[in-house]
Amino acid sequence: MTSDAARQWGLHRVTVKYGDTTALDNVSLDARPGEVYAVVGGDGAGKTTALRCLAGAVNPTEGSVSTPGRRSIGFMPTAAGVWGDLSVNENIDFVAAAQGVTGQSLSDRREELLEATGLTGATSRLARQLSGGMRQKLAFSLAMLHRPDLLILDEPSTGVDPVSRIDLWRMISRATADGAAVVMATTYLDEAQRASQVLALDAGEVLIEGTPADVLTRVPGHVSIVDAPQDRALAWRRGRTWRQWSPEDPPSGQPRVEDLEDAMVAAGLSKEVTHA
Amino acid sequence: MIIREVRELTGGVAVKAMILKEFRELRRDKRTMGMLIALPILLLVIFGYAANFNVEEIPTAVVGDNAEQYEDQLPDLFVVEPGIDADASAQDLLKDNVVDVAIDTSSQPAQVYIDGSSIFAAQSAEAGFSQAPDGMVDVEVLYNPDLTTAWVMVPALIGLILAFIGTVITSIGLVKERQNGTIEQLAVMPLKSSQVIMGKIVPYFILAAIDMIIVTVLGVWLFDVPFVGNVGLFAIGGAIFLFVVLGLGVLISTASQTQGQAIQMAMMLVMPQILLSGFIFPLDAMPAGVAWIGYILPLTYFVEISQGIMLRGADLTSLGLDFGVLILMALVIFTAAVLRFRRDLAPSARHMGGSK
Repeated sequence: MTSDAARQWGLHRVTVKYGDTTALDNVSLDARPGEVYAVVGGDGAGKTTALRCLAGAVNPTEGSVSTPGRRSIGFMPTAAGVWGDLSVNENIDFVAAAQGVTGQSLSDRREELLEATGLTGATSRLARQLSGGMRQKLAFSLAMLHRPDLLILDEPSTGVDPVSRIDLWRMISRATADGAAVVMATTYLDEAQRASQVLALDAGEVLIEGTPADVLTRVPGHVSIVDAPQDRALAWRRGRTWRQWSPEDPPSGQPRVEDLEDAMVAAGLSKEVTHA
Repeated sequence: MIIREVRELTGGVAVKAMILKEFRELRRDKRTMGMLIALPILLLVIFGYAANFNVEEIPTAVVGDNAEQYEDQLPDLFVVEPGIDADASAQDLLKDNVVDVAIDTSSQPAQVYIDGSSIFAAQSAEAGFSQAPDGMVDVEVLYNPDLTTAWVMVPALIGLILAFIGTVITSIGLVKERQNGTIEQLAVMPLKSSQVIMGKIVPYFILAAIDMIIVTVLGVWLFDVPFVGNVGLFAIGGAIFLFVVLGLGVLISTASQTQGQAIQMAMMLVMPQILLSGFIFPLDAMPAGVAWIGYILPLTYFVEISQGIMLRGADLTSLGLDFGVLILMALVIFTAAVLRFRRDLAPSARHMGGSK
């Protein structure tokens, strides 16, 4: 049995270049058993590259990757990763055979996952005939079928209805309770807020990282709630009020970073101002 | 009135925008542009030069005691192959596909054998000998005495069907995995590249082999095409040819992102084989500038093998060159295909086995 200290997997100062384009620039990530690590960022931030690198689908140009080995990795790619012309059961059969899950343990696992995903009544349906949410849940089941030590999920809840998102989160919680380290990319900041660690990426670079609480305190400069923005370029609307970011002294208003959304926008503005 | 004018103007602008958008998309779709511009030119050139059923030179052998005397009297249509032993068996020369016409002069009148499996040469030869004086020659068409087109076409069609399944269907099947994003899933599963490649290719090999059996049996049964030669040798030839065309299918899939792209590329490879492998237009009747394309296409050699075995009962000795070329093509193309497919599957070979 490996110690928990040894069971830390992740990226260590990883850079990935595709030709002249740097997709990931000196990014580190430590996934711990029983914890969810959320990778957030907009389109083209480098989330998928980071996860593919961790899954072994992309070679880092620089830096190193540590994983528990292929047999102990579960990967759910962005494009769902289910075989559309196979039924739900046939998808499970194929992945189980590839992962070496057989006999009673397969029967038990199949029953457990189908029940958790609500797919028990759809075992004969072709994967391509499932709704988006059901397909995502099937893909998730396939990724965690063999009880991997490291579960890598690339935007598992994108395009999924709110009820299915809750189901997915329940399954993620169950996986971490069983001791899996979960690394997931997401565009939903409310999901990231529930993670143990958050890594925010922007154009391949680390924008901000830490626990969700740490991230709120690490926002550079100051964020204030104001009724009207003083500098529109550094302000954003939240409901009926505005948030105003200033790099140094707080402007008028109440200083506050309410959540990850504020933190992400403020960190992004700080980066823009620094690079300007 | 004003409103109508505005609407018409808007309609015109919208159509113009649509046309512009379409041109912009087409400009960036290099495969479609290739089909639009290169294919018509290619077809024109190929049909213009290759579409010729009239064989103007027929490889001929004259054996027997009076060979020299007969050679002198032959019309220009018959080109006597040099270096053939005058004691050679005329029928064996046809069976081994050394020539299309063999004249045995040891009897009176001389016995002319024409290879009916080379149907266009045979038709020209028959016409040529029909003008000879009565009693000078006795003409016999071997292997396809009635010069039935189906007898020549069916063995070639077996090859064409295999080429179609091997190239088009295989490439579509393989590229589907990439298009659906599941190839990424396979790449990170604990499967060896060789296991994935085998698993992907074996079903198509089996299906194509079953198709080969069905088409051959149906061809023989429906069109009374004879099967004179060795079935085992025919099966081996078919299997080697399948490796070549499956390899082409895999290669196409590695160069395509969508099934549409795969179909386009596969059609560009299958179409020249239909036209230039010698079973529709005889290669002998094509100018060298076009015929050489035929000689680099695998179907050309399989057609030789299938026609040779089915109609003439040819053995490995006479088909050695065709088998040799196909084996070489299979090795080169299939190896290249597997290497490219493996590269797609295992971009992170250094990563395997945990930390690094």
